[in-house]
This record gives sequence, C-alpha cells and structure tokens, in this order.
Amino acid sequence: MKLGIVCRMLLGAAAAALAGAAAAQAPLKVGFVYVSPIGDAGWTYQHDQGRQQMEKALAGKVTTKYVENVPEGADAERVIRELAASGHRLVYTTSFGYMNPTIKVARQFPKVIFAHATGYKKAANVGIYNARFYEARYLTGIVAGRMTKSNVAGYVAAFPIPEVLQGINAFTLGMRSVNPKAEVKVIWINSWFDPGREREAANALIAQGADVVTHHTDSPAAVQAAEEKKVYAVGYHSDMSKHGPNATLTSAVHLWGDVYTRITRDVLAGTWKPTDIWGGFRQGMVDVAPLNKAVPRDVADLVAETKQALVAGKLHPFQGPVKDQSGKVRVPAGQAMGDDKLAVMDYYVEGVQGQLPKK
Amino acid sequence: MTDQLVPILVATIAAGTPLVFAALGELVTEKSGVLNLGVEGMMLVGAVAAFAATAASGSPWSGVLAGAAAGGAMALVFAVLTLTLMANQVAAGLALSLFGVGLSAFVGKAYESVSLAPSPPLAIPLAADLPGIGPALFVHQPLVYVSWALFAAVAWFLYRSRPGLVLRAVGESPQSAHAIGCPVIPIRYLATLFGGAMAGVGGAFLSVFYTPLWVENMTAGRGWIALALVVFATWRPARVMIGAYLFGGVTVVQFFAQGEGVAVPAQFLSMLPYLATIVVLVLISRNINTIRLNAPVSLAKPFHPEVA
Repeated sequence: MKLGIVCRMLLGAAAAALAGAAAAQAPLKVGFVYVSPIGDAGWTYQHDQGRQQMEKALAGKVTTKYVENVPEGADAERVIRELAASGHRLVYTTSFGYMNPTIKVARQFPKVIFAHATGYKKAANVGIYNARFYEARYLTGIVAGRMTKSNVAGYVAAFPIPEVLQGINAFTLGMRSVNPKAEVKVIWINSWFDPGREREAANALIAQGADVVTHHTDSPAAVQAAEEKKVYAVGYHSDMSKHGPNATLTSAVHLWGDVYTRITRDVLAGTWKPTDIWGGFRQGMVDVAPLNKAVPRDVADLVAETKQALVAGKLHPFQGPVKDQSGKVRVPAGQAMGDDKLAVMDYYVEGVQGQLPKK
Repeated sequence: MTDQLVPILVATIAAGTPLVFAALGELVTEKSGVLNLGVEGMMLVGAVAAFAATAASGSPWSGVLAGAAAGGAMALVFAVLTLTLMANQVAAGLALSLFGVGLSAFVGKAYESVSLAPSPPLAIPLAADLPGIGPALFVHQPLVYVSWALFAAVAWFLYRSRPGLVLRAVGESPQSAHAIGCPVIPIRYLATLFGGAMAGVGGAFLSVFYTPLWVENMTAGRGWIALALVVFATWRPARVMIGAYLFGGVTVVQFFAQGEGVAVPAQFLSMLPYLATIVVLVLISRNINTIRLNAPVSLAKPFHPEVA
C-alpha cells in the first residue's frame, strides 16, 4: 500500500520533470571519444579539460558524455557508432587514428555532426580541428635557449611525422633566435608511451651534455629524469611542473576549451559548417605554462613580448630565412612558411644534430 | 663515446633489473613444471601495489614488500586455478596477464597524479671508489644489489641444494617425485608463489625506483620479454642474467648512438634489443642436448596425484 503511494509519487515527479525539460528544449547531447585514460596530465587530459570548460560555458544547453581508453581501430568505430545511435547529435573524436572510423560512421548518421582532431578527411557532417602546437614549442625554445649553459638541449621524440618535426624545428628555431650557438639532440623512441624508455632516452641526452630536456611523448618520465639529474626540462601537453618542480622551466600546453565551445555553439545555433580549424595562440588553442621561478625577469618579459606577437599574428615561428640541416633554404627571407609546407615537413632545420631517420 | 661508458653501464644495469627479477622468478616457477604466462599482469599489479604502499608510507621498502605480496597474491590465484582446479596453464596464464592489466589500471586510478620522491642510489663504500668500474657497478639503487643476491641464491638453490634438486625433480617427472614421497603440488605452489612475488618486485622496481610514477600499463611488455628470456636462456640463471642485461644494454646503447648522431633508422635501432637478445641467446644455447637437459620435461603439464 505504502509502496504503491511512493511509486505513484515518483512516477508523478518523473513525468513533471520530463514535461519541464521538453518545454525548455532538450539539451544537446555531446559525445567525446578519448584514446587513453584521462589521467592527470597529457593529451587526453587536455581534451577533457576542454570538454569541462565547454560544458560550463554552455551550462544548461548541453550534456556531455565521454568514453576513455578507446583503441584506434575496430573498437573506435563501435564506440563512435554507439554514441551516434544513442542520441548524441555532436561527437568529438580526439585522436588521429579515429579518422577513418569517424568518416565511416558519419556516412551512416548524416544527421549527426562529427568533429575529428588532427586528421585531414572532411565530409558534409565531419569537420576537423587541430592546434598549432609548434607555436608554443617556439616560445618554450626561447626559454630553453636563454637558460641553457651547455648550449645543448635534448629532445625525446616518438615518431618522425610532420607534427613532431614541426615541434622539434620550432623549438630549435626558438632556441637559436636568442642563442645562435644552441643545438638540439633528438632521440626517437618509436613509441608514444613507454615511461622506461622515455626516461632512458632522457638520461642518455643528459649524459651527452644536454642541460634542458623536452619530450614529445606521453608520460612525465623525461621531466622526472631531468629533476633527478638536476637539469632543466620543458614539459609537453600539460603543465608538468608537479612532476619536476625544480626542473620544469615551462610546458607547451594544449587548450581545447574555446574551440569546443565555439563548435558546439555553432551546432546549437544551426550555423555549423564542416570547417577545417587549425588554431594557435591567436585562437587560444595553445599556451605556455607559468614559468619556473628560476627564469629571470628579462627572459619572462621576452616570452610575454613574443607571445603578444604570436597572438597578434605578427610573428611566425617559421619566418624566413629558414635553412634545413644541409643548408638548403626552405623558406626565403621575407616570407613565412605556408600551411601546405608545414603539413608535410620531413626535415630538420639547421641546429638539430644527427640525421633524421629515413622512412 | 668512451667518456659515456659509465653512464651507459649504469643505465644498462638499471634497464635490465626489472627483467632480472621477473625472469629469475619465472625460471624457478617453470623449473617446477608450471608455466605461468601471467608475468606481465603480476608485474603491473606489483607495480601499482608498490607505488600505493610507498605513497602511503613514504618508505620504498614497504613498497617492495607490497609489490612482492601483490605479485604473490596474483600467482596464488593462478596456482589455485591450475594446480588445485587443474585449469589449463596456458589459458589461465594469459587470463592472468589480461586481468592484471585491468586490475592495476583500476586500482591505479587514484595514483595517477601522485609523484614519488626519487630515492637516491646507494654507493657501496670502498668499491664505489674503484676507478672506472666503481661508479659503473657499485652506485645503484639498493634493489639492484638485491637482484644480484637473488641470482646467486637462485643458482645455488637450484643446483647446489637438496630442496632445489627436489624442485627440479618435480619439474622433470612429477610421477617419480610423487612416488618417492615428494609433495608435488605444495612444491609447485611455492615455486609459483615465488615467481609471482619476484615479478611483483620487478614491477616495484619500475614504479618506485626506476620511473617513480604510476601510469597505466607502465611495464610496456617487459613481462613478456622476461618470459621469452627464460626460454631463450634454456632455463639457466646465468644466461637469464646475460639476456636481461643484453636487452637493457642494447636499448640504452641505441639511445646513446642516436644522441651521437649515428645515421641508422630509429625503427631499426628499436628493433635491435629484441634481435640481439634472441640471436645471442640462441647461439649460446644452440646445443640441442643442453636444451634437452635444461628444459623441464613436464612444463605446463597438469599433475593429478590420484591418477599418477
């Protein structure tokens, strides 16, 4: 008897809630697919920060859902399809390897809008977005160039693809813009994620004279190695300073919140188009983390000044003349490198030691 | 490159140590006739347990103990399944690996943002002052010296002690061992637990000493390499050591070579540790008689005392 009353009360409350929601127009369901666990730093962590920022900015108008640790491949397709089929009208797929699954599912769900990070395939309902990570690399290179005493920086890198090479080259150009004697040593570990090898590579670089270490891999192991060996480090993806409070000069940081808010707002307003977004400082998609206390005032001022120039679009990290290792001019003086050239970068600029592994 | 010999040697030994623990443990397990393919899972669970214990207590040694206990607990699950319930060892071992990956990720969720204070290496007095060899061999994490003691203990136990002889007999012919009154199943239990505990210590070395942080799947396949080492080393402890340090050494040397600007494709270099280890161990173990002599005959075969 009592139970019956409670049940009826609950039902009534639920019905009222449903009616209320329908009246206020149902919030847009937005789905996110992450390639790794969110963790506390790194690629996926930054995407999740962006998701939360967007949810806050559009409070009441959206609900978000994420699926983490989704391997690139067949599993990704299943997860993306499930999100599309369960009423999500906008799905963000946040890793390069989701490109083909995203396109495939998008064909089956023409009413759902997809946004794919770092890829190059678009469709009527698939837009793409990426960040100019190299702009932040250039700035961190300036800090490294001013802080190094040995004039050698070490770079732990994953795979020789254009995105990683843009980072290495921009970092090197940044360093040499303030310290023409500076050189960069690169070690490829052929993995995005293997803390043991990231650390070994960092240790090898330090033993070979590098007194600033940076990385384009996913764990904080290189920063930790620098902290232990009492040299400097430059973090990547997220602010890595908690893993090396003394070592970390700064970090090149990804910020996805603004771009997520913008894309989602367009979808809400019905004005979304399948665009190709490639934003940097100007669009608020990259930044550098707060500088270490050890960085002197004049360097901090220079960083702030350079950042202003990047935000204003007055400075391009690959401003000519840019020479590659062999001395060949890749960008003539007075010009800046075009996006088409950036996207296919396959060489080291002058100042990087060693030879690029051939494909 | 000669000025870099000491850092290369130091890094080689550090990189080989997790493999030494896991492979020596697995060697003892396999010598008793039990094939436990769950090394990767046991290492990961040991790593996360060690990290949690060190983060809570501040003492890396409590972490080592927790790693050993957690690895042992995983091995106990395997032992109950395969030795008491007679499940297939290959299938149960693979399941244990997959389970360990998931379990450690689940438990480790809370520890992803934690960073441990690095523990300083321990210099052995006097020995560390020897020119050249001193800084290379005698300034290491304390657990490295423990791994050398473990090697000596395992070699002595298996080939110079009576209980070791019994353990090998159980691995060769459990029926005969049973007939002369050896408790086959309890011995296999102990050997399996020892293997699990050592895999756990190998994981603890990774998460507490080597890279003092916890990240999901941080062993990155080292458990599988340890398994392969045991086979390629034809179940001989000294060859396991050679294999582990060779693997660590080639990994480290190729990084130094890249830093020096040696123009070899990085993809080839990262293949090299596997290639070199397999080639060397196959060459030194190519005698078919040594393989026959050293491989435990009853490996992975279940034993029923009642039907023996």
